[in-house]
Formats: sequence, structure tokens, C-alpha cells
Amino acid sequence: MKLNTDFPQGKIIKIQGNCLVLKGNDIDTDRIIPARFLKCVSFENLGEQVFADDRKELKGNHPFDDSNNKGASILIVNGNFGCGSSREHAPQALMRWGIRGLIGESFAEIFYGNCLALGIPCVTASKINLEEIQSAIEKKASDKYIIDLEKETFQNYNNEWKVSIEVGPKQMLISGQWDATSQLISNHHKLLKLHDQLPYLENFNN
Amino acid sequence: MSSGTLYDKVWDLHRIAELPGGGSQLFIGLHLIHEVTSPQAFAALAEKKLKVCCPERTIATVDHIVPTISQQRPFADPLAEEMLSTLEKNCEEHQIKLHGLHSGNQGIVHVIAPELGLSQPGMTIACGDSHTSTHGAFGAIAFGIGTSQVRDVLASQSLAMNKLKVRRIWVDGQLKNGVYAKDLILHVIRRLGVKGGVGYAYEFAGPAIEVLSMEERMTICNMAIEGGARCGYINPDETTFEYLKKHTQEIHKENWGKALIWWRSICSNPNAIYDDEVEINASQIAPTITWGITPGQGIGINECLPIPDLLEENEKAIAKEAYRYMDLKPGKPITGTPIDVCFIGSCTNGRLSDLQAAASIVKGRHVAKDVKAFVVPGSEQVSKEAKREGLDKIFLNSGFEWREPGCSMCLAMNPDRLEGSQISASSSNRNFKGRQGSANGRTLLMSPAMVAAAAIEGSITDVRNFISGN
Ligand code: SF4
Repeated sequence: MKLNTDFPQGKIIKIQGNCLVLKGNDIDTDRIIPARFLKCVSFENLGEQVFADDRKELKGNHPFDDSNNKGASILIVNGNFGCGSSREHAPQALMRWGIRGLIGESFAEIFYGNCLALGIPCVTASKINLEEIQSAIEKKASDKYIIDLEKETFQNYNNEWKVSIEVGPKQMLISGQWDATSQLISNHHKLLKLHDQLPYLENFNN
Repeated sequence: MSSGTLYDKVWDLHRIAELPGGGSQLFIGLHLIHEVTSPQAFAALAEKKLKVCCPERTIATVDHIVPTISQQRPFADPLAEEMLSTLEKNCEEHQIKLHGLHSGNQGIVHVIAPELGLSQPGMTIACGDSHTSTHGAFGAIAFGIGTSQVRDVLASQSLAMNKLKVRRIWVDGQLKNGVYAKDLILHVIRRLGVKGGVGYAYEFAGPAIEVLSMEERMTICNMAIEGGARCGYINPDETTFEYLKKHTQEIHKENWGKALIWWRSICSNPNAIYDDEVEINASQIAPTITWGITPGQGIGINECLPIPDLLEENEKAIAKEAYRYMDLKPGKPITGTPIDVCFIGSCTNGRLSDLQAAASIVKGRHVAKDVKAFVVPGSEQVSKEAKREGLDKIFLNSGFEWREPGCSMCLAMNPDRLEGSQISASSSNRNFKGRQGSANGRTLLMSPAMVAAAAIEGSITDVRNFISGN
């Protein structure tokens, strides 16, 4: 299987693609990526291992194995998704499988933060909207949808639903400032100035 | 809010910018890496097509996964082998100095950086390991970080941080004979609790701290994190400068005067303001030992095990849980508790002076029947120095095993592990459930000299009975 390795970068305003519906409340990070996969030197292979045990149990009938869902980039879930351990491996596994945005009733806090740090928005929808969204997608899986973070909508060519995202994360994503690493790198010129006040950097040679 | 402390000064000098999401960007003077928390960080760099910002400020070694009996490559455990070869590959690719096995400088990351003269006053030091607080012994601000922060430091030599509060722990009086730095810090954690330091940097000061050697100071700062403080530090003084003079080659003679001036300038001012101050009297501290499942569950060697219902409200539940796990009896003395395994080593107590103290107890005596006792030097340098003094012979003659350097039985990532419900006397720093490799293995933390005494006696005993003049 070819996984989407074009990871989020820069300003994140719209997420476009096919959707995958995964029903159920309280889906924890242990299910998203079982503990044994944490013994690894890179996150690289996690994409294939996403929901490994659930998928094994359903013998190919899991939504992540359904050929209709191949290439999906928007994951539709229910409530308290991503609860349990703080492992960054969970959003990493989803991202590496191809997920670029999530819509659900609610998300566990640490999971939400870990996703944000990867540039993956977790937006919320009301229960009623979510049911409508799920059934629309189930009727026609091949349709492309858009999460519009600026307008806070989820839409395709003939439907539009209201979704929401918290103000802070919204600003961070649409301004492209969700990534700590690039923020830190962007101040590199200021870092060079420290040499004057930190004589240890030159072993007190200056 | 604190002002004029070493922490405040180091913070101000290293602050690069204020970040949009709140918090500050802090420059990191020294980044230490090892095989466990760095591979994903390097992988993340590669994915973002980034380079290591300051390879010359990054130093690597291998410690957690190395076996301590045969260090022959490839290791028997393929995963351990993969972790080490990944580190080797990453260091080579990014031109990072790796102090690898048999280099003469390999060892536990918090043991080797001071030995190599890398840990210095006024620096910021980060490492993907919580016991990075150790380097605070030099008057550095040193803290542990997670894997995504390791990536950030590799990429930018800086971190997004929030400023901590500062608590001064003033230790009056002097430690008595047979009472060590380990007892002092176990006592502090017992007093202030394992969460007491959350949100704080700990400044250790006072007459009892001033007389400590650098190695003893490292033991104290090492366990600041077990008290919840992300970093602990001691203001640099003549003891610090003397150690540095021996260990730093990079600062040339003609610059030494400049170094001293700067190092002195970053010390806490006499009129510094602290967010909190605590006083402790060293002369009242007895050899201290943990009996439970957190480093805060300590008692003096002559005390009886606490009765949970008589403890403070917030300690009751964890005490009961500890009794269920440890299979010890409330109200009974801790002395006389039989021991299966004795471990001398770790970044808390695997340095030369620790081995010297333990050797002085075991010399001319023998490990009790059915006790497995072993010594794991903290680094190749410690091992070499100990051998030069004949300490290895003393231990071997007493029935101890003498191992190669590494983290060993401090945690369960290498072949050294407890089995079943074995109970260990350990000079390490964590007594969490399962920490030493068996899901129901039990750990009693204490000083290396106390571990040595337990090994000889076959059970927990007061080391002061082994010391002449007591
Ligand atoms: S000796 Fe123990 S605490 Fe220290 S670095 Fe190794 S595993 Fe961590």
C-alpha cells in the first residue's frame, strides 16, 4: 500500500479529500497504536500498524482496510477520540496512514495537542451534524469533501455543515504557526547574537 | 517572583525570543543525546529535510541498552543492536561526537558529561532523559526533555520553555558519619514529597551543601527530579572550579581568569529573592531508605515502617498500595528485611567516590549466601580509575560481580533485571513498580554504602555499624 507521505506544512486553511468513518466513543490510543509498536527507532512504519489489533480482530472488515476508504485524508469519529496514554505514536500512525484532519464530537486533550503539533486539526461537530455527515459519506464514499478552517465548515458540492475549532489552534493553523520547530528555526539570526553574552560558547577566548 | 538567583540570570542570558503561543525560546548550551530518545528525533529531522543546527554542541553516548557482561557486537538483543547502530549512523551523518563503547569515555550520559568537562556553570543543558538535572551540580540549568523537544534542540539549538519558580532548600548543620548525599536527598524528597517540586527549580544551598564534593552534589541534583523539580542546582564555588580545572581542557590557562569572573557573576546574589524557601537540618538525618513504590516513601534506618492510617491524608492511599506491592508489614522495623539482589551503580551513585565508599564497607568481608551482588561503574573512566585503585579486586574478593559500564539494573532496557518478586537493595533513583525489569520486582533505594552493608548482612542493616568510630 502506498501511504501519503506528504506531511502537513505551512499554513493549514483547507483540508480536502475523501472521508473515512470510524464509529464508536472512547477509542483510546492503545487501540490506535498498540503498545508493542512503541519499541521502534522511527515513527516511519507506524502508518501500516494503525489500529493493528482492531483490524486483525475484524479480519479485513475494519474501515481502515476497506478498499473504498483507500487514500482518505479526513477521519470522521465520535466522542472522546484518542483518550488514554500520551503517546505521540497515535497521531503519528494516523498521519502516516494519510489522515490530515479529524471531525468528531470531542477529542481527548493530549491527543488533540499532539495532533496540533503535527499540523492536523481536530474539529468538532454537533451530534446531529455528525450523524448527517456520517450517513452522507456512507451513501457515497467516493465524494470529495473540504474542511474549511477559516469558515468553520465541512462541505462538498451540494452540502454544507457547521463545524468548529478553538480560537487558539485555529489561529496557529491558518497562520502556519502550529509547528514549534519552524518557529524556533525562524529566530536563528537572534541566536547568533547570544555569543556576546555567553562567553562559554567560545571557551572564554574573546 | 524570583529575582537575582542563578536560575534567573541563566534564563535571561539564554532567552532568544518570546514566542507567539506564550513561553520563551531558550538557547541550549549543551545537548546530550543517547540511543533511546534520539532516533525518532533524527527521523523527524530527515522528514523535514533539516540539518542539526549545532553538531559541535551535541554530544552522544550509549548507556541504557548496553549489556554489562558481554559488550560484544552485535548485541544478543537485535533491538538493542538496532538502537545503537541507529545512533552510530545518525552521529556519523550529522558529525556529532559519539563516545561509544570501548572509546575510553563511554558511560551513563550524566556521568560522562561532567567527567569530560562539558557540564559547566551558567550553561543551559538539555537531554532526552529526566535525570539531566544532575548537571545542576555545576551551577548549570539542566533539564530533561521529550523526543519532540530533542528534535527541536537538534534543529534549532533552542527550546520553547516556560519559566519556573525557584525554591531555595537551605541545608544547615553537617551530615554525620555514615550518612551520605543520597540520604540527604532521599530525606528532602520525603519531606517535600514527590510532587513538591512541580513548577520549581530547586536551589540547594547552606553549610551542609557547601562541604560536599562535586560527585556528592551530582547525587543531590540528580534526584531533584524525583522530588518533582525539573531542575536542581548548586551555586558554583571553589570546589566546582577545582573540579573544572582538572576536567576541562578547552579553556586555556590564559582564559581561566575570565572564566572564573563569568562563573562567579552568574551565582545567586546574596539578596536574591526566592519564590519559596525551606530549611533542613543535616545533622538530624539518619541513613535513609525507601520502603514503598515512590522515592518519597523513605524512612530513617532505625524507624519502623509507617502505619498507613496514621499518615497524612494524601499519603494514605499510595501507602496502602505500596504495602500490597512490597509485601512489607506496617509497624515493623525496616532493618532485618532480607534482600535478594544488591546493585551498586546508576547515574545517581555510579561514580568513583560511590564505589570507594561501598568498597570500604565490603573490604575483608563477604557477601551473604544467596545474595546476588554486583557493581556497575557509571563510565569507562570510573571503571578504569576504580581498577587503578584496586577496587574491582576488593569487590570481587568479597563475592561481588564487577561489570562493564551502563545503566544496568536501574531500569529494564538491558539484560540486567530482577526476577519474579525478588527484592533489591539499590543505589539507583527509582523504586516504581516494575522499574527493575520484573512486573512484581521490588526495589529499596539507599546509599551505595548501605547497599554494600546489606550485601554483607543479607538483609537491610545500618551501615554505621560497619564503620569504625561509630
Ligand atoms: S542510570 Fe538510570 S536514571 Fe540514570 S540515565 Fe540510566 S536509566 Fe536513567
